[in-house]
Amino acid sequence: MNIKADFPSLVEEIDYGTPQSKAEKQVTLTVDGRSITVPEGTSIMRAAMEGGVEIPKLCATDMLDSFGSCRICLVEIEGRGGTPASCTTPVGEGMVVRTQSERLDAIRRGVMELYVSDHPTGWNEKAGTGASEFDAVAKSVGLTENRYGIEGRNHVKQENGVAPGHGSLAVDYIARDESNPYFTYDPAQCIVCSRCVRACEEVQGTFALTIEGRGFESRVSAGMHEAFIDSECVSCGACVQACPTDALREKSVLAKGLPERSAVTTCAYCGVGCSFKAEVKGDEVIRMMPYKEGKANHGHSCVKGRFAYSYATHKDRILSPMIREKVTDPWREVTWEEAIAHTAKEFRRIQYQYGRTAIGGITSSRCTNEETYLVQKMVRQGFRNNNVDTCARVCHSPTGYGLGQTYGTSAGTQDFDSVDYTDVAVIIGANPASAHPVFASRLKKRLRQGAKLIVLDPRRTEMVKSAHIEADYHLPLKPGTNVAVLTALAHVIVTEGLFNEAFIRERCDWAEFQDWASFVALPENSPETVGKLSGVDPELIRGAARLYATGGNGAIYYGLGVTEHSQGSTTVMAIANLAMATGNIGRPGVGVNPLRGQNNVQGSCDMGSFPHELPGYRHISGEAVRDIYETLWGVKLDDEPGLRIPNMLDAAVDGTFKGIYIQGEDILQSDPDTKHVAAGLAAMECVVVHDLFLNETANYAHVFLPGSTFLEKDGTFTNAERRINMVRKVLEPKARYADWEATQELARAIGLDWNYQHPSQIMDEIANTTPSFAGVSFELLDRVGSVQWPCNEKAPLGTPIMHVDGFVRGKGKFIRTEYVATDERTGPRFPLLLTTGRILSQYNVGAQTRRTDNIVWHAEDRLEIHPHDAENRGLRDGDWVRLTSRSGETTLRALITDRVSPGVVYTTFHHPDTQANVITTDFSDWATNCPEYKVTAVQVGASNGPSEWQRDYDEQARNSRRIAKLEAAE
Amino acid sequence: MTVQPASTEIASRTAAIIQEMRGLEGPLLPILHGIQEEFGHVPQDSLPVIAEALNISRAEVHGVVSFYHDYRRHPAGRHVLKLCQAESCQSMGSDAVAAKIKQLLGIGFHETTRDGSVTLEPVYCLGLCACSPAAMLDGEVIGRLDDEKIEEIVTEVRS
Repeated sequence: MNIKADFPSLVEEIDYGTPQSKAEKQVTLTVDGRSITVPEGTSIMRAAMEGGVEIPKLCATDMLDSFGSCRICLVEIEGRGGTPASCTTPVGEGMVVRTQSERLDAIRRGVMELYVSDHPTGWNEKAGTGASEFDAVAKSVGLTENRYGIEGRNHVKQENGVAPGHGSLAVDYIARDESNPYFTYDPAQCIVCSRCVRACEEVQGTFALTIEGRGFESRVSAGMHEAFIDSECVSCGACVQACPTDALREKSVLAKGLPERSAVTTCAYCGVGCSFKAEVKGDEVIRMMPYKEGKANHGHSCVKGRFAYSYATHKDRILSPMIREKVTDPWREVTWEEAIAHTAKEFRRIQYQYGRTAIGGITSSRCTNEETYLVQKMVRQGFRNNNVDTCARVCHSPTGYGLGQTYGTSAGTQDFDSVDYTDVAVIIGANPASAHPVFASRLKKRLRQGAKLIVLDPRRTEMVKSAHIEADYHLPLKPGTNVAVLTALAHVIVTEGLFNEAFIRERCDWAEFQDWASFVALPENSPETVGKLSGVDPELIRGAARLYATGGNGAIYYGLGVTEHSQGSTTVMAIANLAMATGNIGRPGVGVNPLRGQNNVQGSCDMGSFPHELPGYRHISGEAVRDIYETLWGVKLDDEPGLRIPNMLDAAVDGTFKGIYIQGEDILQSDPDTKHVAAGLAAMECVVVHDLFLNETANYAHVFLPGSTFLEKDGTFTNAERRINMVRKVLEPKARYADWEATQELARAIGLDWNYQHPSQIMDEIANTTPSFAGVSFELLDRVGSVQWPCNEKAPLGTPIMHVDGFVRGKGKFIRTEYVATDERTGPRFPLLLTTGRILSQYNVGAQTRRTDNIVWHAEDRLEIHPHDAENRGLRDGDWVRLTSRSGETTLRALITDRVSPGVVYTTFHHPDTQANVITTDFSDWATNCPEYKVTAVQVGASNGPSEWQRDYDEQARNSRRIAKLEAAE
Repeated sequence: MTVQPASTEIASRTAAIIQEMRGLEGPLLPILHGIQEEFGHVPQDSLPVIAEALNISRAEVHGVVSFYHDYRRHPAGRHVLKLCQAESCQSMGSDAVAAKIKQLLGIGFHETTRDGSVTLEPVYCLGLCACSPAAMLDGEVIGRLDDEKIEEIVTEVRS
């Protein structure tokens, strides 16, 4: 029987009722006369569904362990008495199960009748959507009567024929909780099946929900009978997804009705790359539903991907191209044709006047692989130079360099599923609970199963301690001392003989190892010495090293707290060394895993966005590689690397770089040393910004091309596990062109003969020219869902885990990692160290999330400061403070907390008016120029309000965002 | 009137109790008992302190506290009188006993007299079925309740 409501063009997923069993042994049973073979440990419910027999259920869903409370899924088993619940009864060999009989029908109807007597459907009214699982089950069990009356204790009583909602209140009535901006909790509709409570615990790992009271008084409660918004709830949506009634329901669905069609697509927020069903009604997205087949998220989501999509229709979105002579002029709306022609003319003029290398482009980690490929292709083929760079410069460029040098590939070694086999997880400079929440949920689940955790972070993050998880070792190191501490870990592993000699001899160069080992064994790298400069107790370093080396499968996960340092690349190498020395590479549960910040930052790096690399990380100086593209593109390529973003800005200030095409990146807000970026942009003659909004960079732009959201285009994103996921168009581009089409128009206008009809053709070109993508095509992705590169003849379905039989570069390379303290040091004038990070509800510079209801969680950036440092300065919680560095100053409000150590302050950079990057310096990674965001020496003092720079900036921004009113046509 | 301790004081006294019992296996229930003993009830302000200390969520603590009727959310009177309302006592006239006591004290179940002298609660079986109807006053059981015993109880709690 089919109990799902029928919406033909919606992507429907089967709910098997209980999770898949991983057992190898197979068991055969008979259900309603059908013979079904399933792994041992499978529930009867799931086995039946796999065999095509759906057993009605309320408290079971396959995202959660079975619970057995609803008494709807009862079955009869031959030779056994009674009517056991099919969700909690495992299959047995030769078992004969009946899911339908008169007795079962009568029991199910009886149970359902009891539910309905205390549920608004008792009035035969659609109190919610009228199409919940509960409604469907009532129908499917053939419920026709309700002999118990309809005056349920916990909802509105019907009086004198007055419909529910208008009658008097019953004793236990609790009003709806509308406090969450995205969903409603209506206790009257709750059947206390605990699915939401279990989803919050098992899937999300937050434990924000409980069942309070007992008997008739039992009710779902957020926190301690708090409103959802005030409770521990992180609004991931797992409870809403799990609810079989309309007790927890998306407000958008209640307001606008159920969606009519959907497509499976990929979230455009962080690098986890969750798969969602984008569900649409008319031309509006009604909700984003996590997709269970998605291999990164397995049906889970976070508040951003699940709910924060309304930026796509926000009134701030610019839908018409605009140009202006000077950045002090108001914008003038023009046609696409005029904007493109104007840009092409300007770029040609600049190249004629200042030389071929006077222009360049920046690709976006937010856009698709295909779009990124086209931007770098336009720069190389059309601008005829290599002045192309990407926002990965400011985040994970050291990952590319460091892992490339040591292992031979510029990417993480594992898939996310690998975490299920991890025994010791090490998190370095990352806070997945905020920045990669769906991965954090998976890791927390593994930790609750008993895996150990080591955290290296200056701050006591949620991963260090939160409900049911606690790090075994937290090394609260001083910002800027990563290399020293990691080398000290290696020191312990080497000097205590904890390294994996067999692995090293087989997979690595033994002589190089010995050289490295003699280096790390030096006394200056001992925990005792390093402890003094890093502020970490040497015993913690020793304990952590022993645990990682000897605790079983050790997996390292790291974030921007590793890369965004002057020794970012060195730190990545130090991490790679640790994994090699302990043999933690090349199998499930281990590895080195960068947590990528943006949805397609991996892809944008793969696609040749760097000035020195063609797609697939092949150096531009390689003749054979250049040959491939020269033949295909019909031009001679420059064999010298082009300019990186900071070099472009320097060159602009020097007067030799005059024009830039920036697709989907806000360099003014996200790049370090805002004043320098502003000066560089101001010195250019043609700045083209291609974006959804008039972002901060657009304040200095001459041409604005309206961008398209991920809902408005086809393409692919590549997530942190190298997984190439499909992005599917569910809405027409609001501004006429998807971004790849706009780039193609511009390329044509500068004389290139491009004629792509669909992004799949761009992917075909990528596959044909890039060995690691050789097997990738839209047809393959449609068929198998997703693949992880390398995907080629050797691995036709991709490569979940890398370096399985040996390192990509041949032998793994140990590299000495000498600690060099950053030039950014504290002193009497700037005695504190500022480090930066993110919070859960906001994303990056906030261009999207600030334009959604997510602002209820984070309306401003705050400066976290330790109580000691605050008291020394006479600061109270919530005071305005002035934050000063050698580069500049800004003001924001203080948040006093011992999450940060004394001497360390912390803030986020989600809001443009905070201008955190006015403070950050222009120090950067020695190898890749990745800026040192994570360490800035600062002073903090009381303040009355915004700084002069903030006021000037604000005025300039307001002026530069003016759009001229169109004159009425005569 | 009972003076409620300030929340910081609740937190520190709660922390002391937790410190004493956190080593026990399944420490939540003993800690809650300890807190009820200390304050006469389980103050709401204790809950986050317990959650933090045991590294569980506030929701979980609330779920447990609200499940057990014995954990009171508000201070009780100086005396607590529990009247058994289970099957055996019912058959021996506990309804009438309850009605009489309610009338004499001027309060219903789950209520405390205005002078704070006594709180009246129903209880479902004291294991004293042979001596029905039964009651419990401040932890001491009393069997075979009759008018005389009821008068005695009321006089005692009122004094």
